[in-house]
Amino acid sequence: MTSKFRTKKVEVSYGDKKAIRDISLDIEKNIITALIGPSGCGKSTFLRCLNRMNDVIENCSIKGSIHLDEQDIYGPDIDPVELRARVGMVFQKANPFPKSIFDNIAYGPRIHGLASNDSELKDIVHNSLEKAGLMDEVKDRLNDQATGLSGGQQQRICIARAIAVSPEVILMDEPCSALDPIATAKIEELMSELCESYTIIIVTHSMQQAARVSKKTAFFHLGDLIEYNDTDKIFTQPENQKTQDYITGRFG
Amino acid sequence: MIRKSIQSRRARETRLKIYGITSICFALIMLATLLISIGLNGYSALQQAYFKLDISVNTEKFVDDSGAPDNNKMNLFNWDGLVQSALREFFPEVKDRDEKKELFAIISANAGYDLKEIIKKKALGSGSHTLSVWLHLSDDADQYLKGRLSIDIPEEDRRINNKQIAWVNSLVERDIAKLKFNKTFFTSADSREPESAGILGSVIGSALTLFVTIMFALPLAVMAAIYLEYFAKPGKITDFIEVNVNNLAAVPSIVFGLLGLSVFLSTFGLPRSAPLVGGLVLGLMTLPTIIIASRASIRSIPPSIREAALGLGASKMQAALHHVLPLATPGILTGTIIGMAQALGETAPLLMIGMVAFIIDIPTTFTSSATAMPVQIYMWSDSAERAFYERSSLAILFLVAFLISMNLLAVVLRKKFEKKW
Ligand SMILES: Nc1ncnc2c1ncn2[C@@H]1O[C@H](COP(=O)(O)OP(=O)(O)O)[C@@H](O)[C@H]1O
Ligand SMILES: [Mg+2]
Repeated sequence: MTSKFRTKKVEVSYGDKKAIRDISLDIEKNIITALIGPSGCGKSTFLRCLNRMNDVIENCSIKGSIHLDEQDIYGPDIDPVELRARVGMVFQKANPFPKSIFDNIAYGPRIHGLASNDSELKDIVHNSLEKAGLMDEVKDRLNDQATGLSGGQQQRICIARAIAVSPEVILMDEPCSALDPIATAKIEELMSELCESYTIIIVTHSMQQAARVSKKTAFFHLGDLIEYNDTDKIFTQPENQKTQDYITGRFG
Repeated sequence: MIRKSIQSRRARETRLKIYGITSICFALIMLATLLISIGLNGYSALQQAYFKLDISVNTEKFVDDSGAPDNNKMNLFNWDGLVQSALREFFPEVKDRDEKKELFAIISANAGYDLKEIIKKKALGSGSHTLSVWLHLSDDADQYLKGRLSIDIPEEDRRINNKQIAWVNSLVERDIAKLKFNKTFFTSADSREPESAGILGSVIGSALTLFVTIMFALPLAVMAAIYLEYFAKPGKITDFIEVNVNNLAAVPSIVFGLLGLSVFLSTFGLPRSAPLVGGLVLGLMTLPTIIIASRASIRSIPPSIREAALGLGASKMQAALHHVLPLATPGILTGTIIGMAQALGETAPLLMIGMVAFIIDIPTTFTSSATAMPVQIYMWSDSAERAFYERSSLAILFLVAFLISMNLLAVVLRKKFEKKW
C-alpha cells in the first residue's frame, strides 16, 4: 500500500472564515477514496486543495502541507499549471466547452503539447473516449457540439477530457449529482474501471454511492475530518457517534 | 373587503400603465416631430438646379504634344470666360458691366472650375469639340427654383433680384435649367459655395477617425477588462482603478478634447485637424464604455468554463484567451459598436483639436486635414446661405441613419449570438 497524497494539518480559510481545519489524511494509490459529509462541511474545499484550484479564488488561504508522491505541491518549485495536468478534475456540473466533442478532448493534449502531430492527437482523443466508454456513442459525431449531448454523456466527455492529459489522479466533485440513475450507474462503472490506472478521489453526498464505489471513505463534518477508514468499516461499524448519526440519516 | 382591495389595486395598475404608455407616446411623438421637421428641411437638398451649356472648345490650347491634358495649361485657361460667353448667348440683350455681373451671379461661381474638371475627365484629345454639359446654377437660383426663397419681400432685401428671377425663369422655360439629382452632395467635400459642397469629405473623415478609434480603444479595453476581471488582486489599487474607469465614462467629452489638445498636439506635436488625433481622443472617450461592456460580457460567461480549462492545466491567460474571450466576443462587439456610435456623433472634442477647419479636399490619410460628419453639420448649420441649411439637414438625416444602423447591428449581433447556458 502506497500513499499518493499525504496531507498534514491542512487548514483553509475564505477571508477570516475557516472552511476546513486540521485535516491530515493519506490517500492511497489506485483506489477510489470517497469524501462524504453534510453540505457545507468542506469536502469541495479539501478536494480543490489537491490540485490547487483554490488558488484561483481570491480570498482563499491555505495552511499545512500536502505532498503528492513525496513532493510538496505548495512548494516553491511546483507550478500549479503543471500540477493540474497531473491531478485532473471533474466538476459537479458537467462543463464541456461549447466546442466540438473532438476539440473538447483535444484541448488538454494541445496546450500541454502531448501530441506531435494530428494522427497522434486523434489517437489520444480516441483512446480517451474509449476509456470513458463513450466511443460507441459518439464515434460518428466527433465534430458535433459537445453541449448537445445528454447530461450523462457530457459528464463522461468531461471525464474523457481529464483522462486525455494522462493524469495520475482524478478528482471528482459530486460528478453524478445532476444525473439520472442510469447515467449515474454508467459513471460509477466507469470509475471502477479507471481506478486500476488512476487514483480517484470522489466527493459525494450519496452514501450509497460512496458505499458502492469506494474502498476508503472520509467523513467530514463542519470543517473537521471526523473519521477516515475502509468504506466497509465506516458503514458497518463507525467509531464515531457523529458518523453513526450521519450514515443512519439522522442529520445531513 | 378583499375584493375591494383587489379593485383598487387593479385601478392603480391600470393608471400606472396609462402613465407609462403616455410617456412613451410623448417621447415617440417628439422624436417623430424632430425627424420629420429635419426631413422636410433636408429632402430638397437631394436635388440641385443645373443648367445645360453647349460649348465648343479647341483643346489644342491645353493638351500637350501627345494629346493628353496638360494640368498647367488647363489651369491657365479662362474657363470662366468660356462659360460666361456661352451663357451670354442666351441673353444677347445683356450688355452693360453691372448687368453682366448680375447675370453671372445666377450660375455657380465654381462653374468654370467644374467645366475644367469635366473636360479633364473626358480626355478629349487634340482638336475642336462641341459638347453639352450640365453645370450648377448658383445656390440662390437653386433655392428660388425650389420655392425656398420668398419673393414677397422687397427686392433690395432679397438675395435674388427681379431681373435674375426673369433670367432663371427664361432658362427653365427653354428647358435649359432644371432640378436634377444632387450627385455633388455625395461625391465632394466642403466648399464655400453650397452647390459645390458635399458630405463625402466628412464621411471619409469620420470613417478614418473611427478606424483609429476602434484600433486604439478595442484592444486596450479588452486587455483592461480581462486584467480587471481575472488578474487584478482585489485591494485599494484595483478599487481605485475601477472607480476611475466608471468615472471616466461620465467625464464630459469636451474634457477629452482639451486633453487631446494639450497632450497629442502640444506635447507630442501630432498634426492638427488629423483623423489620427481625432481617433485617439474619441478612443480615450469610448474606452470606459467598451471596458464596462467587455467586463459585463466576460462576467456573463459561466465560471465553470474557465474552471474546466484551469482544471486541465491551462494557464490563466490560456483560459481567458482560448475560452472566455471567444465566448464574450459578441457582447464585447455590441459594446464596441455602441461606443463607436457615440464617437461618431461626438462633436465637442473634435472642435478642440481643430477638426473644425474648412477643408475642401477629401482626406486620404490619417494625418491629412479632415473634418467629421457632426462637425460638418455644425459648420453648415452656422452658415448664412439657406442652401447650406438644407444640406446640413440632409447630412443630419444621414448621420442619424448611420447611428440607427449601428445600433441595429448591435442588437442583431446580440440576438444572434445570445447563448443559453
Ligand atoms: N468561494 C468561497 N468563498 C467563501 N466561502 C466559501 C467559498 N467556497 C466555499 N465556502 C465556504 O466554505 C465552506 C465549505 O464549503 P464547501 O467546501 O463547498 O462544502 P461542501 O462541498 O462540503 O458542500 C462553506 O461554509 C462555504 O460557505
Ligand atoms: Mg461541494
